Amino acid sequence: MYSFLIGVGVLLLFSIIWMVYRIQTLVTVVKGSDKKIASGSNKINAILFIVFMVGAGSLMFWYSIKEYDNYQLPIGSEHGLVTDHLFWVTMAVTGSVFLVTHVLLFIFPYKYRYDEKRKASFYPDDNKLEIIWTIVPGIALAGLVFSGWMAWSDITAPAPENAHVVEIMGYQFAWEIRYPGTDKVLGDYDYRLITASNSHGIDFTDKNSIDDFPSPVVVIPKGEPVLFKIRARDVLHSVFAPHMRLKMDAVPGMPTRFWFVPIKTTAEMRVELNNPDFNYEIACTEICGKGHFGMRKVIEVIEPAAYQKWISEQRSFIQLDPALAEGLPSKTKELAEIQLTEN
Amino acid sequence: MATATVTNHESASHAQQDHEHRDNFVTKYLFTQDHKMIGKQYLITGMFWALIGGFLSILFRLQLGFPEMDLSFLRPLLGGWITESGSLDPTFYLALVTMHGTIMVFFVLTAGLSGTFSNYLIPLQIGARDMASGFMNMLSYWFFFVSGVIMFISLFIKTGPAGGGWVVYPPLSALEQAIPGSGLGMTLWLVAMTFFIASSLLGGINYITTVINLRTKGMSFSRLPLTIWAFFLTAVIGLLSFPVLFAAALLLVFDRSFGTSFYLSDIYIGGEALPNTGGSPVLYQHLFWFLGHPEVYIVLLPALGITSEVIATNSRKPIFGYKAMIISMLGITILSFIVWAHHMFVSGMNPFLGSIFMFLTLIIAVPSAVKVFNYLTTLWRGNLIFTPAMLFSIGLVSFFISGGLTGIFLGNSAIDIQLHDTYFVVAHFHLVMGSASFFGLMAGVYHWFPKMFGRMMDAKLGYIHFWLTFTGVYLVFFPMHYIGIAGFPRRYYSWTNFEFANMYTDLNMFVSVAAIITFTAQFIFIFNFFYSMYRGKKATLNPWRSNTLEWTTPLNPGHGNWPGEIPTVYRWPYDYSKPGAEDDFIPQTVPLSATPESNLPHEQELVKLELEIMKEDEEVLISNETKH
Repeated sequence: MYSFLIGVGVLLLFSIIWMVYRIQTLVTVVKGSDKKIASGSNKINAILFIVFMVGAGSLMFWYSIKEYDNYQLPIGSEHGLVTDHLFWVTMAVTGSVFLVTHVLLFIFPYKYRYDEKRKASFYPDDNKLEIIWTIVPGIALAGLVFSGWMAWSDITAPAPENAHVVEIMGYQFAWEIRYPGTDKVLGDYDYRLITASNSHGIDFTDKNSIDDFPSPVVVIPKGEPVLFKIRARDVLHSVFAPHMRLKMDAVPGMPTRFWFVPIKTTAEMRVELNNPDFNYEIACTEICGKGHFGMRKVIEVIEPAAYQKWISEQRSFIQLDPALAEGLPSKTKELAEIQLTEN
Repeated sequence: MATATVTNHESASHAQQDHEHRDNFVTKYLFTQDHKMIGKQYLITGMFWALIGGFLSILFRLQLGFPEMDLSFLRPLLGGWITESGSLDPTFYLALVTMHGTIMVFFVLTAGLSGTFSNYLIPLQIGARDMASGFMNMLSYWFFFVSGVIMFISLFIKTGPAGGGWVVYPPLSALEQAIPGSGLGMTLWLVAMTFFIASSLLGGINYITTVINLRTKGMSFSRLPLTIWAFFLTAVIGLLSFPVLFAAALLLVFDRSFGTSFYLSDIYIGGEALPNTGGSPVLYQHLFWFLGHPEVYIVLLPALGITSEVIATNSRKPIFGYKAMIISMLGITILSFIVWAHHMFVSGMNPFLGSIFMFLTLIIAVPSAVKVFNYLTTLWRGNLIFTPAMLFSIGLVSFFISGGLTGIFLGNSAIDIQLHDTYFVVAHFHLVMGSASFFGLMAGVYHWFPKMFGRMMDAKLGYIHFWLTFTGVYLVFFPMHYIGIAGFPRRYYSWTNFEFANMYTDLNMFVSVAAIITFTAQFIFIFNFFYSMYRGKKATLNPWRSNTLEWTTPLNPGHGNWPGEIPTVYRWPYDYSKPGAEDDFIPQTVPLSATPESNLPHEQELVKLELEIMKEDEEVLISNETKH
C-alpha cells in the first residue's frame, strides 16, 4: 500500500515538474527571449561558477586541513620520509597551479559573460606566451622529475650486503613468510615441490634450506636494512606496506625484491600515535580474486637485540615437521638430523 | 595559399541520384552507409552502454558505501550474486568493477565518443559527401554492435563475466581455477574485444583516409577545425595501438586454450602444479599498456577537439594558439606511445626502465599544460555565451586540470610506490580521462544536436544537467584523493580487514550517495535528448553562429550532405569577432575578397591569389558546361 502511495506521489511530483517546465518554455517563447543570443540564464550560469568556486574551494580547504592526521599515514621507513617529502613538494607545486588555473577558469566566465555591446577581442596567437608556458612547466617538471629520479635510484639500488632477508610469498588468499635462518641464505625452491606440508615448495635437498624457518608475523629489526624477497605461487599479488611506503608486485615465475630501513618499532609507534592497538600491516594491491581484500599480514618492528633473540628462538621447517627430512640424500639428512637433535 | 585537394566532382551527381531513390527502413536506419546515421547509431549505442556501465558502478558503490545494507531487493535482477545474507558476492563485485571499466573505456568513451563524432563530423566539417568507404564504415558499426552483444551476453552467464579487472592481467585472467569469471566470461570478453578491435580499425582507417583525401577545395590542413585534427590523430593512435592489444589478447587465448606459456610460469593452483614454465606475466602488461596508455588519449583527444571548437564558438573568439594546439596534440600523439610502462613502476620490471619512463611521462605533461593555458586565454576577454555545450566544455577543462595534475604525482615513480593501485589512481583517471571525456561527449551532443536532429535541446534542462553532473562528479571523485593518500587499495570489496583502512566509512558513504545522485541526474539528459528529438524547438540553420562547414548544410541534410556543389573554403574556422567585420563571425565559406574591411595584412595579399583561382575555376566550369 505504502509503495503504491509513494508511486502516486512520485508520479504527481513528476507531472508538476513537467507542467512547470512546459509553462516556462511557453513563457520564454511568448516573451521572445528564446530569440536572444544569450538569455537571462547566461548571468545565472556565470554567477554559479563563482558560487561553485567559493563553495567547493572552501570545502576542499576545510576538509584537507581537518582530516590531515587521518589521511597522512605515519611513516615507518627511511625512504618513506623522502617519498613523502617529494609528495608534499609536488603537492605544493601542483596545488598552486590548480588554484591559479581554477580561479581564472571560474572568474573569466563571470567577468567575460556575454554582453551585446561588447565585442570579444581578436587574439589568435602570441608566440612569446606559448614559449613561456611551454618552458616554465618544462623546467618545473624537470625539477620534480630529477628529485624523483634521485629518490627512485636510491630506493631501487641493490640492497646492502648486511640486509636481513625475509621471503614473502603470496597465494590465494594469504601471505607466507620464510626466514633464511642462521646461515642467512634462503634455500632453493621449486613450485613443483609444493605439497600440503611444504607450502613454499622448499627444496630440502639444498642444505641452505635446512635452517629456514616460517613465521606467522613479519618480524624485522629497527634501523637496519631489510630485504623483502617477494614471489607468488599462483596469480599476481602485490605486497603493500602502507606505513613503510613500500609496494612491489609478487609475480609467479619472476621473484621481485624491495629493501628498506624501518625507523620506528611497533612499540614506539604505538606510543607516538597513542594507539595501543597499532600494527604495521601488509595488504595486497594487485587484483587476485575473491579474497583480494583479505590478504593481511602484520609486520612487527622490534629493536635489533630483540630481533637477534627472536631469530634464535625460531624453529625451522624441519624441526616443526621432521617428516619433511625423510627421503633426503644422506649428506643433507645428516645436517637435518643434527638440527633435530639440537632441538 | 595552400593547394586545395581535388574534390570528387562525380560524387555531386551521385548524391543527386541518391535523392531520387528512396531508402527503406533497413537501408536508412540499420544497414546504412550514411556517415551521419552511423554516427547516430554509435551515439545511441554509446548511451545505452553508458547507462549499463553507470548502473554497474552504482551496484558496487552500494557495497562500498553501505556494506551493511540488505541488498535482497536486487535478487530479482542479480539472482545468486546476492548471498543468503543479502550482501553482494565478492567475486561478483570484482566482475562489476571489471565490466564497469571495460564498458566505459571501450564502449562508451572510445566507440560512443570517437565513433559518434568522428563519423558525424569529419565529412561535414571537411566538406565531403561521405566517408571514404561507406561500406567499411557500416561494417565498423556492426562489428561494434556484435562486440556489444557478446559482452552483454557475458553479463548473464552462470559463472559471471570476466572479473580480473579491466586490464585482465594473466595469470588471473588465464586460469579458471583462480576466479570463476576467467572461464566462459573471459572467453566472451576476448571474443567481444576482438570484434571491437576490428571495428576500431575499420573506423580508424576510414577517418584517416577521409581526412587526407576528401577535404573540399581550399580546406588545407592548416584550415582544419581542431575537432578534425583531434579525430585524425586519435585515429592514427588507434590504428597503431589496437593491433598490439589484439596481439596481447591472442597470446592470452593461446595460453588459455592451447597450453602455451607466454604469460604463465611456475604456477601452483587448486592443489596442482601447472606444467607451464618460462612465460612472463609482465610481458602481457607491456603489451596491454602499449595500447592501454594511448587508449587514454584515444578517449581524451576527441573530447579536447570538441572542446576547442565549442569554446571558440561560444567565446566568440578564435581559439588561442591554433598552431600551438595542433603541435601539442601531435606531441601528445607521439609521446603517448612511449610512456606505457609508467603503469608498471612496481610490477617488478627493471627499475632503470622505470627511470626512463618517468622522464618520458613527465614530458607529456608539457603539451597538456599548453592546451590548458590556451583554453584559458581563449576565454580571456571573450564574450562568453553559456550554452550547455559551453558549460560542459568549461567543466572538461576543470577536470583536465584536476586530474592532469595528479598525474604528475603518479608519473613520478618514487611517489607512485605508495600511490600505485590506491584510490588516488582511481580519482586521477576518473577525472582526467573518464569525466573529462564524458564531458567532451556531452558538449558534443548539446552542440551538434541541432545538426543531428534539426531541433534544439532544451537549454534549461541542459543547465540543470550540467550543474548536477559537474558538482556530482567532483563530490564523487575528489574525496577519493584523501582515501587514496590514506592508502586504500583499489578493487577492494571491503576495507575493514585492515587497521590502516578501517576508517572513512562516512566518506565512502558520501561518495556513494553523490554517485547515485549524479547517475540519476543523467536521466534529465536522456529525457531532454529523446524529447527534443521529436518535440524540441525547430533549429535554425546556424544556431550557434559558428564558422565551420557543417552549418552550411540544409537543416536535415540528406545522404551527400550538400544538395548542390560542395562549398569551397577560403579561411580558417576561427574568424570570430574579427576587427572590422560587421558580425562577430565569418564562416569558412566567405572568400577573403568579400571581406576587405576585416582582412589582416597578410590576408589582403592572399586576396589576389584567391581571385585568380576563382577565375580559373569559373573558366573550367564554363568549358565543362559548353561540352555538355
